[in-house]
Amino acid sequence: MNVTHHGMGDGASADSRAGAPAGTEIRTYHGQPVIKEPIWTWEIPCYFFTGGLAGASAGLAYMSSLRGNDVLARRAWATALASVAVSPALLTSDLGRPRRVMNMLRMFKVTSPMSVGSWLLSASGASTAIAAAHAWTGSFAGAARVARPAAALLGLPLSTYTAALVTNTAVPVWHGSRRLLPFVFASGAALSAGAAAVAVTPVRHARAARRLALVSAALELGCKELMERRLGDLGEPYKHAASFKFGRLGQALIAGGAGVLYGRGGRSRAAAAVAGAMLCAGALSARWSVFEAGFQSAADPKYVVGPQRDAIRRGERRGASRTEPHISAPQPAVGSPATAPAVVDEQREAAARPATPR
Amino acid sequence: MQTVAWPSSYGDAAKPRVGFFTDTSVCIGCKACEVACKEYNQVPSSIEGFTGNSYDNTIDLGANTWRHVAFIEQRVPAGVLEGASLVQSAQRGEVIDGGVQTYQEGDGFRWLMASDVCKHCTHAACLDVCPTGALFRTEFGTVVVQEDVCNGCGYCVPACPFGVLDQREGDGRVWKCTLCYDRLKDDKEPACAQACPTNSIQFGELSELRERAEHRLGQLQQAGQPRAQLYLADDDDGIGGAGAFFLLLDEPEVYGLPPDPVDTRRDLKEIWAAAGVAAAALGATLLAAVFGGRG
Repeated sequence: MNVTHHGMGDGASADSRAGAPAGTEIRTYHGQPVIKEPIWTWEIPCYFFTGGLAGASAGLAYMSSLRGNDVLARRAWATALASVAVSPALLTSDLGRPRRVMNMLRMFKVTSPMSVGSWLLSASGASTAIAAAHAWTGSFAGAARVARPAAALLGLPLSTYTAALVTNTAVPVWHGSRRLLPFVFASGAALSAGAAAVAVTPVRHARAARRLALVSAALELGCKELMERRLGDLGEPYKHAASFKFGRLGQALIAGGAGVLYGRGGRSRAAAAVAGAMLCAGALSARWSVFEAGFQSAADPKYVVGPQRDAIRRGERRGASRTEPHISAPQPAVGSPATAPAVVDEQREAAARPATPR
Repeated sequence: MQTVAWPSSYGDAAKPRVGFFTDTSVCIGCKACEVACKEYNQVPSSIEGFTGNSYDNTIDLGANTWRHVAFIEQRVPAGVLEGASLVQSAQRGEVIDGGVQTYQEGDGFRWLMASDVCKHCTHAACLDVCPTGALFRTEFGTVVVQEDVCNGCGYCVPACPFGVLDQREGDGRVWKCTLCYDRLKDDKEPACAQACPTNSIQFGELSELRERAEHRLGQLQQAGQPRAQLYLADDDDGIGGAGAFFLLLDEPEVYGLPPDPVDTRRDLKEIWAAAGVAAAALGATLLAAVFGGRG
C-alpha cells in the first residue's frame, strides 16, 4: 500500500491537497471506521478452539479404534464429547438474545457459514455423544455403527468452517486470508486434538497422538506465518497490539510445547501432560490472534479504503463511483426539469432556466 | 436491478423496487432526516456528546442511528477549480451566474454534507450471512430485519461493507433502516424523505430515480464540478447497485463510504472450497498420524 494515513482531525489537511496529482493519500471521514468491528466476545475464539478440538478428536478417536488402540480412542472420544458439549454453551452465551438460540436451526443456508456450522455442530454433537457413550459403556451398539464414522467425518468440516465464517465478511484481514485461514484452523484443530490426547493418555498408548501433535505443531506455525506473509499490507494487524501479542505467545507455547513433547513426552507422563497443556494453550492463543486481527483491521479505515482505492488506481476495478453521466438523449440543458421533481425555491427555479446559450 | 429474491419469489405480489436518491449537492445539513427517522421509527436516543468533527455529533450509522448526516469542511481554490483552464472557469462562472451552484460553495471554503443510510444493496451480504432468516428481502426489493426473529448472533455486523448494522445495547438484536417498510405498505414515502426540506433525499421507484440522477450528474459536471459522481448507481459495481444511491461531490471515502464495496458472497465458492480442501487435509493428517508409524 505504501500510504500515509490521515486520522482524526486531518481531514482538512488531506482535502487541501485536492487537485494535486493522484497520489497515495488515504482520505477518510474524520478518521472514522468505514466498516463495523464485530460484536463477538471472548466466547468466539474459545469456540474456534473447542470446535476444532472436538472435530479433530473425533477423527483421531475413530481412526485409533480402527487401528486397535482403544485406550487412546476412548480418551479422544471423551475429549471430543467434552469440547463438543461446551461449544453450544459458548455460542449461546455470545448471542444478543440467548433464548432465541434455536432460531439458528430455523433454516439451512449455504450462503451463511454460521447456518451451516449450526447444523454441523448439532449433528456432530449428537453423533459424538453416541460414539463416546459406546466407547466407554458399550451401550448404543447399533446406533454407534453409524455415529462413530459420522462423528469422525463431520468433525473435519466442523474444524474448518469457522475459518469460512470469518473470511466470509467485509473485514479486510479476514476476507483477504480466505484461501489459507482454513488451513491454519485445520492444523490448529489437529494440534489441539493431538496435544489433548497426549496429555490424558498413558505414554505407551499415545504414540499416534504424539506424532499428530508434533506434525501439526509444525503445520500450524508454518501455515499461520505463510498466511500473514501472503496478506501483504492487509496483514499489518498481525504485527500490532493484541493480535501480535497473542500470535507471539502462541508461537512460543507451540514451539516450547513441541520441544518438551519431542524431548521427554515419550518417557514421562508428567512431561507429556505439561507439553499437551502448552500446545493446547498455544493453539488457543493463535486463534485469539486471528480473532483480534479482525477487530484491528475493521477499526482502521486505511485497511478498508487503501486496498480498494489502490485497485481502482491500478485500473483493476472501476469502483462504485462514476463521474460520466449515462444519458442516451443529447446532453440536457443545464437545469433540466427532470432533475427537480418539485421545484421548491427560487434557486431551483433559477436552475430551470437554460444557463448556456444554445 | 433484480435481486436473488425480488421480484421472482413474490410473483404477483411484487411491487416496483424503491429506494433513495440522495443528492448531496443540495443537502444543507439540517438533520431533519435524522430527527424524522428517530421520531417515526421510535429509535432510542443516541447522545454521544460533542465530537468536534464539524457539526457531526451522530458519528456513524448504527442500531440507534438509521440516518447519519456527514459534515466535511474543505478549502477549495476560489474561482479556478482543480486545474481547469481559464476558459473553463469563465464558462463555469457563466453557469453559476445562471443560478446553478451547490449550497456549499463560496469564499474558497466548501462544506460537504451528506445524509447516509442503509444502501439496501442488490446483493446484500447481511441478508446472505444471516443464519436465522431474520434479514429478508421485501416485496419492494428492500432489506429488513425482523425483530421477532433476530437472535443477535452479530454475523451481519462485520459482513456489511458499509458498516451499517450494529447491535443495540441492552436489547441484543441488530437494527437498521427499514426504508420505512410499514409506510411503504401504506403507499407513503419514508419519513426522512418526507422531512427533507431541499429534496436532497428523493424517494421513488429505483429506475426512475436513476434517470433523474443521471441528469443531475450531467448538470453538475457541466456546471464545473468535475468530481461530482454517482455512487452505487450501477448494476455492475461490487454490490450489484444499491437501492439507496448517492450523488457525491468528492470521492466516497471523504464521506466515510468505501470506494469499492464488494459483497462477500462473490467469493463464497472460493471460501467453501478452501474450507473443504482444508477439511480433507485434516483428515489426511489424522490418517497419516494414526497409521503412519508404530501403534
